[in-house]
Order: sequence, then structure tokens, then C-alpha cells
Amino acid sequence: MNVAEVLGRKEVILQDSTGIDYAGYAHRGCGVDYEALMGCTGYNLDQVFQIQRGMGVGGTPLVELTNLTALVRRYAEPGKGARLFIKDEAANPSGSFKDRRASLPGHYAKHRGYPGVLAATSGNYGAAVACQAAKCSLPVIVVQEAFDSRGLGQPEILEKGRRCAAFGAEVMQLSVGPELFAVALATLEETGYFNGSLYTPFAVQGVETLGYELAEQTKAQTGKYPRMVMVTHAGGGNVTGTARGLRRAGAGNTEIVGVSVDLSGLHMASDSDFNRKSFTTGHTGFGIPFASWPDRSDVPFNAARSLRYLDSYCTVTQGEVFYITEALAQLEGLERGPAGNTSLAAACVLAADLDQDEVVVVQETEYTGAGKHPTAQLALARSLGIEITLGPRNLDKPGERIAIPENWQQLGVTPVDLDQLRRSYLRRAAAQQGTFSTADLDFVAEDLNTKRQWVEEQLHSIGEEDG
Amino acid sequence: MSKQTQWQWVEIERVLLTPQQRADHIPDDTKAVPLTMRAAGFLLDASAAPGDKARIQTPAGRIWEGTLLHRRVQPSHGFGAFLPELQAVGPTLRRALKGDGEH
Ligand SMILES: Cc1ncc(COP(=O)(O)O)c(C=O)c1O
Repeated sequence: MNVAEVLGRKEVILQDSTGIDYAGYAHRGCGVDYEALMGCTGYNLDQVFQIQRGMGVGGTPLVELTNLTALVRRYAEPGKGARLFIKDEAANPSGSFKDRRASLPGHYAKHRGYPGVLAATSGNYGAAVACQAAKCSLPVIVVQEAFDSRGLGQPEILEKGRRCAAFGAEVMQLSVGPELFAVALATLEETGYFNGSLYTPFAVQGVETLGYELAEQTKAQTGKYPRMVMVTHAGGGNVTGTARGLRRAGAGNTEIVGVSVDLSGLHMASDSDFNRKSFTTGHTGFGIPFASWPDRSDVPFNAARSLRYLDSYCTVTQGEVFYITEALAQLEGLERGPAGNTSLAAACVLAADLDQDEVVVVQETEYTGAGKHPTAQLALARSLGIEITLGPRNLDKPGERIAIPENWQQLGVTPVDLDQLRRSYLRRAAAQQGTFSTADLDFVAEDLNTKRQWVEEQLHSIGEEDG
Repeated sequence: MSKQTQWQWVEIERVLLTPQQRADHIPDDTKAVPLTMRAAGFLLDASAAPGDKARIQTPAGRIWEGTLLHRRVQPSHGFGAFLPELQAVGPTLRRALKGDGEH
């Protein structure tokens, strides 16, 4: 395979394999008509619900976390400590909210006569695509980054690979490197399969039902919409789809809080850093770069755009998520996987600042098991010389030390400045674009969920810095 | 081929890109090693032994050739050992819920 040659054919391959004429939605300058692009699937929300119901996807329970709420209140100021709820997305067929995301790609590929579906992902999404395609009687190829140059596999990714295979997928497990994208493109070209990218409108629209259900369930169980919805954030589809669904349900005032595990300092494309991460998604290695530049994804325009929807964003440590994973199992009887527990860790902290009659919803759980369990990750970390210690969050240093809290009061969050992410987006856009027309400025302001005047001021100051 | 060898589920490995063929803008440690692939499927060359070249047919029907890694594939991931640091979390929090213990 010649990487440069394959990448040179990228646009044609992507258009053929998604059936989306991205250029047709593009503005003259930068950006696209976002809502028109989101509508290209041809499905409305009712149809999405219907398709998902037919596939056994969605309709997951919203469970009140009474014991965790009691703990929050025990350490909060008098009168504080919001009610905590969690949406048990692990109840989906392949064990995570990713089934919602895979349902439309599977359905569309089947009805458009594609001979199969390809997904390039190390995550739960591969298992979800394999699961949905099995139900649609379509073959699947999953391409995952799975092991380092010594042949050592990341346990959670190996588990996800096993699950893909259990649903009948061909799993191409690759060593570390961004050329995975070129491998996926070449495979799409060879097979003519549908591109089940995580970042098409098909994939993101499927998540809207999660936000919608959650709003309705919260209203039914508590009499109101949530004050905050906590969303584990990586590539941005979870935030985007959930927020859009909440708005559709009428819960437009609910605060959308993104949460990622702090993996700062570890390089995502580095062979030697690969297994020093105890988390494979929902971490800052995806969350930060994808927020500030969503179009780094594998399609011409990423439908998942977290800065459009995030009201705030914070990080938690690896040790805190392991701690809360134990707490959820032992106090609530829910043994669940790492991604949902990431936003749960932050929810337990933020709920302490809210009044007791407020409601905070953690919008997902995921399945757990071999490879995904904290002990599996900690065993690997320890074998690589990463120190595991008890203590407060400031001891945690990704790749070197994992600090597991000694007690509840050691849980915390680190806020991420959204304006800094917006500025980083603008710096990138300015380097690509040069001058901005009025339409460009409007698009960028909308894409960053901010005012045009702020965009102009920032572009001006970026110009001065660079000039 | 006997029925049994027809359904022999094996794993192969192959190099997709040598270090020279790898992309330019990647970290040095990654660029120093080849991009390799592993795939599992049904063994087509019944007599192949680990280390031999062998072909497989994947569940998607594609044929891959590579070096045979294992004739009997078994997941290598598990649960890891129990850790005192984690074992303490549940009991401590239960005590805290009851109002004693932790402060
Ligand atoms: C279970 C689970 N939760 C959350 C995420 C994060 O979603 P996103 O990448 O859309 O931000 C992922 C994806 O990687 C996931 O598999």
C-alpha cells in the first residue's frame, strides 16, 4: 500500500463510501450548511426511534443513584447535593450507547445495497457496527489500532476486538499509527463497503434519541428536565447527538457538561505511549483536539461538533474513574465500564454545589468485563512500571502515576477553558483560510456557539500575534 | 481437508508498511517500526505451522496471507489481580454512608 496515493483518492473514496456529496453542502469560504447536512440522512426522529426499536436499541432505563446522592449530600454544604441519575446504556445490544450510533449506518447500508460495512475504530463502536450489521445480515470489517510494536495489546481494545469477532466481524488489528486511516480507505475502495464512520450525520443522528429519551424520562420521574447532563467526551458525537436530542425534547436550558479523563502529556500516535494509557476513549487525547478541530476526523466535514453544544467541560483523573467504578458497583449494584463512569466521577463532584431539588443526569453506562475492568488496566499499568498509589488527584500523572482517592472528599474536577479551545479552533481556521467573509464569520460563530463580535476580536488578536 | 481443519480458527500477522513506507509526520518511535496487522480467520493451508506463511479466510470472506501466529487462538486479556487499593473502596464508602468511619 502506498499511503500518499491512497490519501490522494480520499475524496472520491469518501463520497462513494458514505453516499454523501459533502461538497454540495459546503459554503464558498469555510464551513457547511450544518443543518442541511444533518438532514441528508433522510430520516426524521420518529423514523430513527422506529429503526432503533426494530434493532433492539434504546429504551434504556434511567436509574436514580440514591446511595451516591446520599454520599454527595453527606459531604456537601447543608441543603446541597442534587439528585443523581444514570441512563443505563449498557442495556443496549452490544453494551453501549454506540448501538444508537451504529443503527442508521447499518440500516442505510442495507437499504442502499452496499455489500457490507466498514468501521475504523478501536472502540465500542466497532462492536456496535458488527452487532447492527449482524442483525441486517451484512458482513463487517473493523479496523482497530490494537497493539504496540512489541505485540502487546491494550486489554480494553482486545476485548472490543473479541466482541466484534463474536458478532461475526473481520477484525484487522493494527499496530500503532495514524496510517490506519489510509488502510481503512484502501479497504473501502477494495470492498465497496459502506463507510460506517463515527462522524457522518448517520452516526450522530442516531444518538439524538438518547438525549430525547433522557429528557422525557427525567421529566416523568422527577417532574422536570435535568439541570445538568454529564457527557463523557472524546470525538464529540456523544455530546452532539445528546444535546440535539435534549433540545428536540424541549430541554433547551439543560446544561451540557463534557467530561474527559486527563491523559495530558501522552502522545496519541506514539508507539511507546500507547499502552501507558489506562483509558482508550473518553480522554483528553481525543476530547481536546476534536473539540478545537473537529474536522481532523475521517470524513470531509465532521457532523460531531462539541463546541456547538458544550456549556462547560472538565477533566477527571484515571484514578478517580477507577474509584467511582468501584463505588457504582458496591453502592448501586451497577458493575459498569470505564466511559460512562468518567462523567459519573465528575457528576459526584458537581452535584455537591447544586441544591437538593436539582437533577443531574449521567447520560450513559457501558458494559464491562475482561480487559475493561479497572484491575485489568491497573495490572497492565503496573507491569509497565506505572506507579499505583493511594492519594489525592494532584499526585496523578498520566503515564507515570495513577492515584486512587483515599476517600470521597479527594474527588475533584479540573475545568477546561472553552474559550481557549475556541481560540485554538480560530488559529487553525485563520491559518487555513486567510480572510473571512461575513458568511464565514457567521458560520464560525455558530460553530463555536459564540458571538460574531468575539470571533472578530479574536481573529484580530491572532493576526497581531502572528504578524 | 478434513472437516476439522476446515474450521481451524487461526491468527496471522503481516507487515502493511515498512518503516520507510510509513507516513512522514508521525512520532519518531512510531516511524522506527513497521505498521503490522493481525487478523484471525479460517486456515486455508492445513499443514502450516506457527512461523510459516499461511493463508486465512476471514468471516467477511477475504483472504489474507501472513505469518501464522497461533493455531489455537485464545484471548490474552483478562481481569488482572485484585488490588488492595480498589478493594478498600466499597467497604469504606458503605461505612461512610452509614455515618461512621470516613470523614
Ligand atoms: C461508551 C462510550 N462512551 C463515550 C464515548 C465518547 O464518545 P464521543 O467519541 O462521541 O465523544 C465513547 C467513544 O469512544 C464510548 O465508546
